[in-house]
Amino acid sequence: MEGERRASQAPSSGLPAGGANGESPGGGAPFPGSSGSSALLQAEVLDLDEDEDDLEVFSKDASLMDMNSFSPMMPTSPLSMINQIKFEDEPDLKDLFITVDEPESHVTTIETFITYRIITKTSRGEFDSSEFEVRRRYQDFLWLKGKLEEAHPTLIIPPLPEKFIVKGMVERFNDDFIETRRKALHKFLNRIADHPTLTFNEDFKIFLTAQAWELSSHKKQGPGLLSRMGQTVRAVASSMRGVKNRPEEFMEMNNFIELFSQKINLIDKISQRIYKEEREYFDEMKEYGPIHILWSASEEDLVDTLKDVASCIDRCCKATEKRMSGLSEALLPVVHEYVLYSEMLMPILSVCFNVKGVMKRRDQIQAELDSKVEVLTYKKADTDLLPEEIGKLEDKVECANNALKADWERWKQNMQNDIKLAFTDMAEENIHYYEQCLATWESFLTSQTNLHLEEASEDKP
Amino acid sequence: MEQAPPDPERQLQPAPLEPLGSPDAGLGAAVGKEAEGAGEESSGVDTMTHNNFWLKKIEISVSEAEKRTGRNAMNMQETYTAYLIETRSVEHTDGQSVLTDSLWRRYSEFELLRSYLLVYYPHIVVPPLPEKRAEFVWHKLSADNMDPDFVERRRIGLENFLLRIASHPILCRDKIFYLFLTQEGNWKETVNETGFQLKADSRLKALNATFRVKNPDKRFTDLKHYSDELQSVISHLLRVRARVADRLYGVYKVHGNYGRVFSEWSAIEKEMGDGLQSAGHHMDVFRGYMCRYASSIDDILEDEEHYADQLKEYLFYAEALRAVCRKHELMQYDLEMAAQDLASKKQQCEELVTGTVRTFSLKGMTTKLFGQETPEQREARIKVLEEQINEGEQQLKSKNLEGREFVKNAWADIERFKEQKNRDLKEALISYAVMQISMCKKGIQVWTNAKECFSKM
Repeated sequence: MEGERRASQAPSSGLPAGGANGESPGGGAPFPGSSGSSALLQAEVLDLDEDEDDLEVFSKDASLMDMNSFSPMMPTSPLSMINQIKFEDEPDLKDLFITVDEPESHVTTIETFITYRIITKTSRGEFDSSEFEVRRRYQDFLWLKGKLEEAHPTLIIPPLPEKFIVKGMVERFNDDFIETRRKALHKFLNRIADHPTLTFNEDFKIFLTAQAWELSSHKKQGPGLLSRMGQTVRAVASSMRGVKNRPEEFMEMNNFIELFSQKINLIDKISQRIYKEEREYFDEMKEYGPIHILWSASEEDLVDTLKDVASCIDRCCKATEKRMSGLSEALLPVVHEYVLYSEMLMPILSVCFNVKGVMKRRDQIQAELDSKVEVLTYKKADTDLLPEEIGKLEDKVECANNALKADWERWKQNMQNDIKLAFTDMAEENIHYYEQCLATWESFLTSQTNLHLEEASEDKP
Repeated sequence: MEQAPPDPERQLQPAPLEPLGSPDAGLGAAVGKEAEGAGEESSGVDTMTHNNFWLKKIEISVSEAEKRTGRNAMNMQETYTAYLIETRSVEHTDGQSVLTDSLWRRYSEFELLRSYLLVYYPHIVVPPLPEKRAEFVWHKLSADNMDPDFVERRRIGLENFLLRIASHPILCRDKIFYLFLTQEGNWKETVNETGFQLKADSRLKALNATFRVKNPDKRFTDLKHYSDELQSVISHLLRVRARVADRLYGVYKVHGNYGRVFSEWSAIEKEMGDGLQSAGHHMDVFRGYMCRYASSIDDILEDEEHYADQLKEYLFYAEALRAVCRKHELMQYDLEMAAQDLASKKQQCEELVTGTVRTFSLKGMTTKLFGQETPEQREARIKVLEEQINEGEQQLKSKNLEGREFVKNAWADIERFKEQKNRDLKEALISYAVMQISMCKKGIQVWTNAKECFSKM
């Protein structure tokens, strides 16, 4: 379903098609295949890491999978699009469709909260039915994210919308906030569904299908997320000092994350500001048209002209409204999601597992390994035990490295695609807006000229 | 130079009649003769007549503005702007123009000219001056009179003012106007020597008349209402337009910020060395488009300022309309008062003659108290009254005539004004549409190019 078959599908967005070997017929820099193979490589790596039978669907074409030939981080520009493989939303290949809608308010004696309806449609065999409908609240999403991070500490888990909006919220549950959150939650679940590994996570399945009571009893199993995380973070913090061999490629990743985080935050601020300015422009324009109508009441000879101007202005007003809503549908949520992603990617802000945390974990493992090696060199005792332990740790490190790298590549690919699409969308919205306004005013002008010609011909004897 | 006024080459119509508005011409004479002049306005007769100030067609332009310092009346240093007025006469045969006069004037001199015209041509809707201080500003425009954009727009407004006068069939023949264009020194003294300030109606008197007049011509009452409405609606429109301009500016300028982000990003992309095909290059191109988009708003809004100025002119015309209405009310009130006075004198006379006292009078009271007057005294009084009544009747007749002439002439000019207004406003609205179209076309171009950038990345 994924992997090779996807690689050979021409993506629907009009981007140059990526062949199975990662060749792109047009545009893009000429990087032969390495990025393409990385996607497939990831599958292979995950196979080893997760040991799940479901991954049989991944192609085992040996010619494309060579772990040893996996090249480290390409010394190329992060945003060069070389392979146009799309991982999500190929309609004929998806077998899991999720929607989040119908927010509903629930009032109890203790609290008020919102639940969202989640509808899942699937053709997968492991699901008992082909359609599910459940209601979940934000807390449940938080739980799911935590479980995913626990289970896949080296993967990039999609971000959840913020718990609270920091600035300017009077009411916790106003309509805009709920709608924005709903859209983000929808995105969250779909990202998981599209992730080659996370989509088969058991907790995810339970989240989508279990009844309320089933979910709460399931939640009670296993140690609390926070305690687990807390332990690891503490352990990581103490092990950080001992890290010696941090690979080069992760430094580059680190730098990229910092740069990206800076940029995406700026873009987010700018985009929000544009929306705000457009809204204020719209508010003023609403008043502008009606004044001309008012005026027409005292001008006998200019009535038609003034009324026509008023209607043109009103139509442009509506076009502005549409442009605004386009912005809030496409660009704003996408950019904001990546702001959240970048926050996860940066060590400072996150509480949960993040890539850096993942790297720390990997480093921790590495540190363990290093210390073991030291011990080995200085202590000749327990020689039988240590090599085995070292071996295990080496494997662990290798797996963590590769899993992260692969997911990182996938994430970057998606990011490039998404940002590009979002901006293309914004450009289209603007084009459409101006085209509409142009048509409005041109037809006004034509009608005025025609009127003038009519009048002129009437004057002639 | 000839940007804002819709009719850039308004040319003087040489008058077939004797030029009026010389300092000694009485108001009555002016009214009488101009009645005929008004009818001639569209004849475009090109005959040269004696006592006409211009023998040929002329062009007027306010071509420059200059900052100056000088000393004012209180001998304090001040800074002001002077405007260069150039007058050219146009040869018929080859259309070439020759500079005939050129002088500098400041805004206060324009004001003086207008004040003079208002007094001497009360039946004319006198063209308004551009605003003294910048109003209806949106945030970018400074309200400072010394701001070059404001000075430039004022220069155009002053030129428009002169052109309006020059194309008015009656005002163009005024001597003071002629001297304004031709006599640099001493012009102020000449204007003041006309004594027009003394001839001006007092505001108090006019206000009084407005309240107390009983039978004004209905057309003028309606006109007053119209001018109030016009003023109110245009003010409102200009206020909202300023706010809309402000917001539009914001939208465009914020997009410029994208440019900066992408340019920084592209620099790093390029460092990683992909050459022309790199995303970095396309980001640079995108940045260029965003910067261009952001700065295009400056030109767009500058054009809109011209549109706003066209509307402002008619905002100020509303006051000129009201001035004509006020004059009518004043004359009508004067007439009513004179009629009332005459009626009461007639009554008094009648009472004296017949001996009956129907109305209360002080004389009657004192007579009652201090005794009747002698027959001789009574005769004397009757004679005086009869004389006064005679005079009064004459005056009433001439006032009546004056009033009717005024109404006729004023209404003729008002009709002319209405047609001018309809033409100008329609043109202004159409030019607004043209501006919007141009803005949309630019927008489509920028965003189409921007979209291409992303598709190439």
